[in-house]
Amino acid sequence: MSSPADRLVYMANQIGTFFRSQGHDKAVPGIADHIKKFWDPRMKRAIFAHLDAGGTGLEPNVLEALTSLRQTTSLPAAH
Amino acid sequence: MSLIEEIDYGTPRSKSETMVTLTIDGNEVTVPEGTSIMRAAMDAGHQIPKLCATDMVDAFGSCRLCVVEIEGRAGTPASCTTPVMNGLVVHTQSERLKKLRKGVMELYISDHPLDCLTCGANGDCELQDMAGAVGLRDVRYGYEGENHVFAKSHGEINAAWMPKDESNPYFTYDPSKCIVCSRCVRACEEVQGTFALTISGRGFDSRVSPGMSESFLGSECVSCGACVQACPTATLTEKSVIEIGQPEHSVVTTCAYCGVGCTFKAEMRGEEVVRMVPYKDGKANRGHSCVKGRFAWGYTNHKERILNPMIRERIEDPWREVSWDEAFSFAAARMRGIQKKYGRDAIGGITSSRCTNEETYLVQKLIRAGFGNNNVDTCARVCHSPTGYGLSVTFGTSAGTQDFDSVENTDVAMIIGANPASAHPVFASRLKKRLRQGAKLIVVDPRRTEMVESPHVKALHLPLLPGTNVAVVTALAHVIVTEGLVNEAFVRERCDWSEFEEWAAFVAQPKHSPEATAILTGVDPQTLREAARVYATGGNGAIYYGLGVTEHSQGSTTVIAIANLAMATGNIGRPGVGVNPLRGQNNVQGSCDMGSFPHELPGYRHIAGDAVREQFEAMWDVKLNPEPGLRIPNMFDAAIEGTFMGLYVQGEDILQSDPNTKHVVAALSAMECVIVHDLFLNETANYAHVFLPGSSFLEKDGTFTNAERRIQRVRKVMSPKNGMADWEVTIALAKAMGFEMNYRHPSEIMDEIAALTPTFAGVSYAKLEELGSVQWPCNEKAPEGTPVMHIDGFVRGKGKFIVTEYVATDERTGPRFPLLLTTGRILSQYNVGAQTRRTENVVWHAEDRLEIHPHDAELRGVRDGDWVRLQSRAGETTLRAEITDRVSPGVVYTTFHHPDTQANVITTDYSDWATNCPEYKVTAVQISPSNGPSDWQKSYDEQARHSRRIAPAEAAE
Repeated sequence: MSSPADRLVYMANQIGTFFRSQGHDKAVPGIADHIKKFWDPRMKRAIFAHLDAGGTGLEPNVLEALTSLRQTTSLPAAH
Repeated sequence: MSLIEEIDYGTPRSKSETMVTLTIDGNEVTVPEGTSIMRAAMDAGHQIPKLCATDMVDAFGSCRLCVVEIEGRAGTPASCTTPVMNGLVVHTQSERLKKLRKGVMELYISDHPLDCLTCGANGDCELQDMAGAVGLRDVRYGYEGENHVFAKSHGEINAAWMPKDESNPYFTYDPSKCIVCSRCVRACEEVQGTFALTISGRGFDSRVSPGMSESFLGSECVSCGACVQACPTATLTEKSVIEIGQPEHSVVTTCAYCGVGCTFKAEMRGEEVVRMVPYKDGKANRGHSCVKGRFAWGYTNHKERILNPMIRERIEDPWREVSWDEAFSFAAARMRGIQKKYGRDAIGGITSSRCTNEETYLVQKLIRAGFGNNNVDTCARVCHSPTGYGLSVTFGTSAGTQDFDSVENTDVAMIIGANPASAHPVFASRLKKRLRQGAKLIVVDPRRTEMVESPHVKALHLPLLPGTNVAVVTALAHVIVTEGLVNEAFVRERCDWSEFEEWAAFVAQPKHSPEATAILTGVDPQTLREAARVYATGGNGAIYYGLGVTEHSQGSTTVIAIANLAMATGNIGRPGVGVNPLRGQNNVQGSCDMGSFPHELPGYRHIAGDAVREQFEAMWDVKLNPEPGLRIPNMFDAAIEGTFMGLYVQGEDILQSDPNTKHVVAALSAMECVIVHDLFLNETANYAHVFLPGSSFLEKDGTFTNAERRIQRVRKVMSPKNGMADWEVTIALAKAMGFEMNYRHPSEIMDEIAALTPTFAGVSYAKLEELGSVQWPCNEKAPEGTPVMHIDGFVRGKGKFIVTEYVATDERTGPRFPLLLTTGRILSQYNVGAQTRRTENVVWHAEDRLEIHPHDAELRGVRDGDWVRLQSRAGETTLRAEITDRVSPGVVYTTFHHPDTQANVITTDYSDWATNCPEYKVTAVQISPSNGPSDWQKSYDEQARHSRRIAPAEAAE
């Protein structure tokens, strides 16, 4: 967990792991909702940037959740 | 203001609802069945003379001073042991009774010193009072006979005399003043449940004996103070009373240590505390206390307390004492400067779970409204944030379901990852009392804790491997579901049935059985099955849990698993059952309620909700940011990354308490402005630029909310030694930053909280004055508060079952780090020890020790008391070993009360998936013999000493 992006990927996948046992259809919105509710804008911006760069390391459900979350999120610009 | 005198009814209150009427001294009295004649008389305002009776313990009937006459009955029965009956006619005073009592007192006084004028109990001695009450004027026997009073009699050594035992730092035992009423012995048994005291010998040889005639300090005594409170003479007396004298006024207030929230009378002389005495009307403690609240308040005037504001340009510089104004403008300029340079979101703050609700509310208000972002968090992040998450998704509220009185109706108590005997001692005493009455106990804990080893308590102990909570709790659910022990009626009525079915199918899978999971958990399947059966079928089942549940990468999952278990067995919504998080600090519950989490406003309402946010915007007259802010670990990451550069920390030592110290050091060092607001130059202050002195709980008004959601008053008994209460400091800092908050008294802050928070709508200082305390929700629907939650249905509607898959933590043991380290607390110390280390409590625990099983120790050539090196992937430290089989092979344990131990150098960055609560409870380590402190400890110590320098006054310009 050296780089900030690695750390966020790790955290996102951890959330994904919890929801995995609820099945794909519940897991994807569950993960998206959790990140939406608990991550600060700079963390969201960073994980979206990582997503743009290919989203290496993200579990499939998490990748899907982040993709859908990004479509419905408008973040204030970074200062 | 005067001294609050509590009535001693002589014997405990009867809980019977059947009433009995009798006549005492010509007055008709109606009392519950089972009441003693002594208590009934006191109810009617007639005090029968007594010595061995007091209402904190059961009647004993040994002093024979409380004799009465009952018409139609022979003899003179003791009124303490004689229960009331319908139609009894009792006389408490007659010629015969007067003579008998005088005779009893004459005998007592013939073997008691007559140094009343210079005695420590002068002014507060029941023996003296009784001598007066019975009109004792003469002792015909003289004082020269056999006695316990004089060191020498007739020129020879008196073998019956014993010197004072002053070994306990807080009270003395003077056997020469003892009347062997055994109130102390009974208080130790019945109230505290420790059984440290006994009466040794018979007849004239009878003595109060700690353990096997040991000193108090050397015995099992836990210094709770119950015996001192029970003692009717000067035999057991607080050293502070001996030194200062009797108090002249008292104020009822709330203890500032753990989440039990005991009510105390601060007994004062002027602005000096003489002693703290537990208050009988305190609804959390019911008149009991522990060594911390009762005695360990000396830190409040410790010489290391900082009373003047200080600033410095760089953390390498010595501190410079400045005026409050200079400190505020320096801090404000720095914080605003950072925002200008790095953006509005580059600063934030941490509220304190040790401060009052009102103070916490102000800090989060300053951050949200004044800083203009939501970068506010609190130390609950590192302890009970998973409780907030887990209980909120399953039940709909982020809090425990019961009051502490509930334990009196519990038939099966299951304790998971908590050690109340050490960390919540007054609750532990109340629980143990219930266990001695026959309730059953299940303990899920890697260690054989003090709860498991309590006298007269037989526990079903499930010694699991650290990190396997979810597997164990899911296995308990497996047994309950597969053996048909589910309370189906409850689940159908109160919970979502299809979610339940999905959950039941999940836990019923063979891979979740105790037999299948034993290889991971280390728990004997038969014991686990028995525990599940006992919990599901043994009557009222209550779960109490602590940080051993939450501080894991699956902390939130375990909380959810616990909630599932309670719902499946119908153990929710009535006295005696429930899910009860034991909160670590005095106001963790309150700091969470007050909107300390970055994503939610006071009352657990998400910041993204427009309706709620607009309410706050209207009241505060400012636009709020709808995006959640950074949590503590995220703040550290952002600091290292260079986007988070300023932090205001109130009453919290993040450097010592947060995991992976090196990471925290790097984060704090990267920041351009760290403001520490505290009583002492704590470890975090080593990296601070501004130090704002804090005020202790004795120096301010406010409220704390304990683990049972009980809001209780904290009352000021002395002027703030630093000149300003903490809430005033926050207001002044806000003002310097251009954000005005106007309150003249904390009660006005509470009025604002009540106006904005539906669960607090009915709370006001006037109501707290009237009721003593109140448990939220307190509003129109529940004007006097809510002792038990979810009675007719869950707050969220239907109870929600959620599947809980066990996932092993990524912190793994291996050849390099073969042992698992877990951490905990000890009775005499509190949290990072900032308070308790500055009291005499250090006699019990002067250093943190590493508990290690004899097998593991032998393998490594470690002997008891040896220095050992404790090494993890994150770092290494050294401490001394204690060899014990309380821990299983493969598991080691330590406390984190001392900064020089640096236990958190070892702990890792892993955290709970939902809340980022750190995984303190599982770290893979290796242990090897060592000669002394590690290089890190040495360099840390050097930096700390360097950083704590305060420039001499003349150097300041």
